[in-house]
Amino acid sequence: MAPSGAGGTTVRRMSGESEVLINAAGLRKEYGDFVAVDGIDFQVKKGESFGFLGPNGAGKSTTMRIIAATLTRTAGEITILGKDPEKHGPEIRAHLGVVPQQDNLDNALTVEDNLYVYGRYFGLSKKFIRAKIEDLLDFAQLQEKRSVKVEALSGGMKRRLTIARALVSEPEILMLDEPTTGLDPQARHILWDRLFRLKEDGVTLLITTHYMDEAEQLCDRLIVMDKGRIMAEDSPANLIKTYSTKEVLEVRFGTDRNALYADQLKSMCERIEVLPDRILMYSNDCEQLLHEITQAGMHPTTSLVRRSSLEDVFLRLTGRSLVE
Amino acid sequence: MSSPKLARQGSLQIVDLSKVLSFGSFFVTASRIRIMWKWRWSIAGEAIANPLFYLLSIGIGIGKFVGSHQSAGIDGVSYLKFLAPALLASACIIGAVNEVMHPTLEGFKWNKNFFAMNATPLSAKQIADGVLVAALVRALFGTVMYYIALLAFGGVSGWNSLWLLPATMFAAASFASVMLGVCAAVENPDLLLNIVNRLLIMPLFLFSGTFYSLKTMPLFLQVIGWFSPLWHSTEIGRWIAYGHSISGLGLVIHFAYMTVMLLVGVYFSRRFFAQRLAK
Repeated sequence: MAPSGAGGTTVRRMSGESEVLINAAGLRKEYGDFVAVDGIDFQVKKGESFGFLGPNGAGKSTTMRIIAATLTRTAGEITILGKDPEKHGPEIRAHLGVVPQQDNLDNALTVEDNLYVYGRYFGLSKKFIRAKIEDLLDFAQLQEKRSVKVEALSGGMKRRLTIARALVSEPEILMLDEPTTGLDPQARHILWDRLFRLKEDGVTLLITTHYMDEAEQLCDRLIVMDKGRIMAEDSPANLIKTYSTKEVLEVRFGTDRNALYADQLKSMCERIEVLPDRILMYSNDCEQLLHEITQAGMHPTTSLVRRSSLEDVFLRLTGRSLVE
Repeated sequence: MSSPKLARQGSLQIVDLSKVLSFGSFFVTASRIRIMWKWRWSIAGEAIANPLFYLLSIGIGIGKFVGSHQSAGIDGVSYLKFLAPALLASACIIGAVNEVMHPTLEGFKWNKNFFAMNATPLSAKQIADGVLVAALVRALFGTVMYYIALLAFGGVSGWNSLWLLPATMFAAASFASVMLGVCAAVENPDLLLNIVNRLLIMPLFLFSGTFYSLKTMPLFLQVIGWFSPLWHSTEIGRWIAYGHSISGLGLVIHFAYMTVMLLVGVYFSRRFFAQRLAK
């Protein structure tokens, strides 16, 4: 099950457990007429794994870039490590590790050189970086590729190298923007495993994703964003508890007939969502519900009982699906 | 998977911010040179072949014709001596401009690695300066190689001609700094490359008094030369190399033009880098 806010017992608890690392109030970013981030408030505490969940264009990446001290805000307040990013950019960036949505490694350099060069940008000594590179190559499972140019790596390897590069300075906060987009399932799981290790080491993680399973796996707490606004904020488990039922029944009657049955089905459960290809029925006992449906003489072509997920939370909050 | 050998200390302990604030540009230059080092053989090959081809074909080949019609070549010296400072300056300037353009277009557009640099404590200004200095290091290497070839072919002679190197590098710095700013400001790299190569470098090369004195051209073509750092650099170079006559005021204007260009270039490249990185 996903780690909840009360979980994370493996996280090394330190004296500054409740120390707030990031504090945003009324944060707003406009591009001309377009409002990318529409006055949001949130706090991230030390050692926490904090997520921004939302569809593409929700304002997640914009928020991340403001936190990374590389994009100025239009209005509102934000401090990172107690400092204003517009006044103390280099001081803040010195303690962040940034993994952007698109890998921006130095393609002409080898795996090892990419880590070395990046370490120098943080003013780290050559000796320290040389030792650190061994750790990072192990971490990213790239020891055998150390002398290979980046352009020859697979997508998953580049992603792991980008994460390793962000860790060269042992950052206080590691920021990952859509870390597993474009990766195959196996590569995703390797990456999640790496991120779990960091979490266990007490690194504060900031993750944006439009994958609900990723958010459930990795985040202690998250905010659900849509159109630049925060729709809800809590642990994944609590969000599901608050905004959905325990279980969901998915039924299909065929594309043309789904809508036909909708009215009749609505009265049988707490809530329904009619999607183009299927109907979602929310109830705490879906086996019983399915039984009642057949009793009533309706025979769906397919049916599936599953647990509620963050996808259902998002659907409830916005009326739309996360991945469109 | 082995566990980490180093105990985590955290960035608050290990990151040396004051070092980055002081030497950030240098670290950028160092990483650019590390990339160039991967291409060292082709860079060295180009630095040797480029002067050889020019000197054999134009300096000596065409020089035969020029020499046979005028008793004392051109400008009172042999055609090769007349040509030498111009060839040196053009090779140096073109070398620096290329080494500024490609990494900048790549860093902002094709590869976006400038954004990765900017995610560290490095500032936009440091990235811009670092790229410029690295390009000048590469240009210096090419210029020294060219200078040695000129010495071997008798295009330049005497200790005094060593002054050609700083004078030429100064022109390269001023033009390259402007191109650095242009590359940071432009969103369409392919279009820019075509314009620069076909409509800027080529005409400057041909209309800057490289192959014959600018004064022999009609006035409206001379104007191109006046704006070209290559012409200013060539005039100074000829003055250094064989005492080509320039008035004191002329000399001041040549240096002032390149100084202004350098200051404008550095100012706007830093500014455009900051704007582009914050987009």
